[in-house]
Amino acid sequence: MITVTSARKNYGSFAALDDVSLDIPSGSLTALLGPSGSGKSTLLRSIAGLEGLDSGTVTIQGRDVTNEPPQRRGIGFVFQHYAAFKHMTVRDNVAFGLTIRKRPKAETDKKVDELLEIVGLEGFRHRYPAQLSGGQRQRMALARALAVDPQVLLLDEPFGALDAKVRTDLRQWLRRLHDEVHVTTVLVTHDQEEALDVADRIAVLNKGQIEQVGDPVTLYERPANDFVMGFLGSVARLGGQLVRPHDIALERDRTTALANDAKVPDSPGVIDAVVERVVPLGFEVRVDLRADSGERFAAQITRRDAAELQLREGETIHARAIGRSSVVDVDPALAI
Amino acid sequence: MTAETDQQRRGAADAAPLSPRPGSDGAGATDAAELTRRDGTRPEDDRPVGHDGHPGHGSPEPRRRRLPRIGVAQPLGIGVVTLWLSVIVLLPLAALTAASFGEGLSGLWDAVTAPSAIAALWVTVLVSAIVAVVNAVLGTLVAWVLVRDEFPGKRVVNALIDLPFALPTIVASIVLLSLYGPNSPIGLQLNATRWGLVVALLFVTLPFVVRSVQPVLIEADREVEEAAASLGASNWTTFRRIVLPTLAPAILGGTGLAFARAIGEYGSVVLIGGDIPRETQVASQYIQQQIEIDRPLNAAAVSVALLAIAFLTLLLLRVLSSRTQRREERDV
Repeated sequence: MITVTSARKNYGSFAALDDVSLDIPSGSLTALLGPSGSGKSTLLRSIAGLEGLDSGTVTIQGRDVTNEPPQRRGIGFVFQHYAAFKHMTVRDNVAFGLTIRKRPKAETDKKVDELLEIVGLEGFRHRYPAQLSGGQRQRMALARALAVDPQVLLLDEPFGALDAKVRTDLRQWLRRLHDEVHVTTVLVTHDQEEALDVADRIAVLNKGQIEQVGDPVTLYERPANDFVMGFLGSVARLGGQLVRPHDIALERDRTTALANDAKVPDSPGVIDAVVERVVPLGFEVRVDLRADSGERFAAQITRRDAAELQLREGETIHARAIGRSSVVDVDPALAI
Repeated sequence: MTAETDQQRRGAADAAPLSPRPGSDGAGATDAAELTRRDGTRPEDDRPVGHDGHPGHGSPEPRRRRLPRIGVAQPLGIGVVTLWLSVIVLLPLAALTAASFGEGLSGLWDAVTAPSAIAALWVTVLVSAIVAVVNAVLGTLVAWVLVRDEFPGKRVVNALIDLPFALPTIVASIVLLSLYGPNSPIGLQLNATRWGLVVALLFVTLPFVVRSVQPVLIEADREVEEAAASLGASNWTTFRRIVLPTLAPAILGGTGLAFARAIGEYGSVVLIGGDIPRETQVASQYIQQQIEIDRPLNAAAVSVALLAIAFLTLLLLRVLSSRTQRREERDV
């Protein structure tokens, strides 16, 4: 369990953390999600002790570590750009934490072998980091962090420097690894898809504050405010409300649309819109629309619905929101 | 070693798409020309091939324009560089070496092994070695403080580093003499001692290590040090095991330059050294002395010895630093 209480951190006049409190349960994989400058990395580095707090406390497994240096916090840290020890082989990189603790060589070797097997780098023991691909380097960095049996594993945008394919592979892999190793893990990311994919809890940060904490489904379906809604998943703006594009139904007949809309409480109503573009996206079709008010939005409908509707660019169609689950009223002050 | 082979194999596989694909004879010829062209070494070669391929055309085929390759020296550039280095460095060195052989190899050997010559060379190498080692340690420390620490007047201090080097060396000698000379205001008399030589040489070689380590330290990835700390390494362990290996090539390079500069130094030691044979007379002063008593051959011989020492030092450092750098720069 990691507990952060009333954490504040300023860089000059910029508040990186503005009274942040957060509980991270033991054994969970928590994602800190937010745009750049939201304070998510600062929060992670504060937990690691790489950044000192101006005020507030950090406890790890019940121990107050606020004034402890990173060396004594029992953490493993993984950096976006790997932070590999370039002059050491993969073996020596992974063994580093044990070597400096002067563990017996046999014990160190056994641990290193174990970890290299877990991260799938058994055959790369004698290579140097420069001879590895980005994904392999990051797996090496993970093994290195795990070698010291950390109480918490902290990952700062660990897949940010990798290309898209490797990134998705590696985050699946991280998820499986976490299910095996069960170490409390905190992951910083700005990629909502990544957070939804790997984390079992997500804390959304914005401007140095936590907007909402919860499991991915809650955050997606019941966002606390329009920032969370807009940051997790795509949104369309429909008559003063934010709606998920896949929660928009398009109908040719205005009367039917009105009748269906009446069944949805607090709906934004039926919006007449001109079809600007129909984009097939594999199993779904995105329809770019322009409302009478001039506002543009997109609806995501299934291929079958699209085939039935026979949409042509330039024609007028009637849009309505289905269900209320992911609808948030736009706060005029925070209008996106 | 297996790693290296793998690396090479991967390199070969990457290069594969560039090699000519088997096709008709004509296509093969064009591909071969293409390859030479890509090589950039024999640009004219594709012309005859192209013409041979199409003898029927009356007018010469318009030559495909070659795009200038970015960042590659043209023959003119290479020529100028070769000429310049020859006139400025190679020819004078060759002339000196030739002169030193004026009385044959045995004459050269006798001149170098004369007791006073040996003594001068020994003093030079000993003092320079001390200076190099001190520079390696303190130069690194100065660079570290200048890069990592913030203090008032940092920019001034930073600018000051080059001053001893920029100063005429005879001025340096007078500066040191006024502090450590017979009338030393601090009561420290280093005049005509080997410590005087050490201080003078430290003065003029100060910037070498500092200036070679500084940029490496600025570029150094701080996250690597944070990673070491997160794994439990103390600051000293992190410095010794993580930072120092990264800085090693720069420290070695700077130290080598400082050493090479020290063995040839004349101006800064000429006053404070005292020129006492077998005690504080350094090789450059010995050379000067031999010229004055009209023994140019002895002077040339010792000069060649200095030249050889400097050359070997730089060569050794190059080998050492390339060995440490090679594995890191073999980036994928």
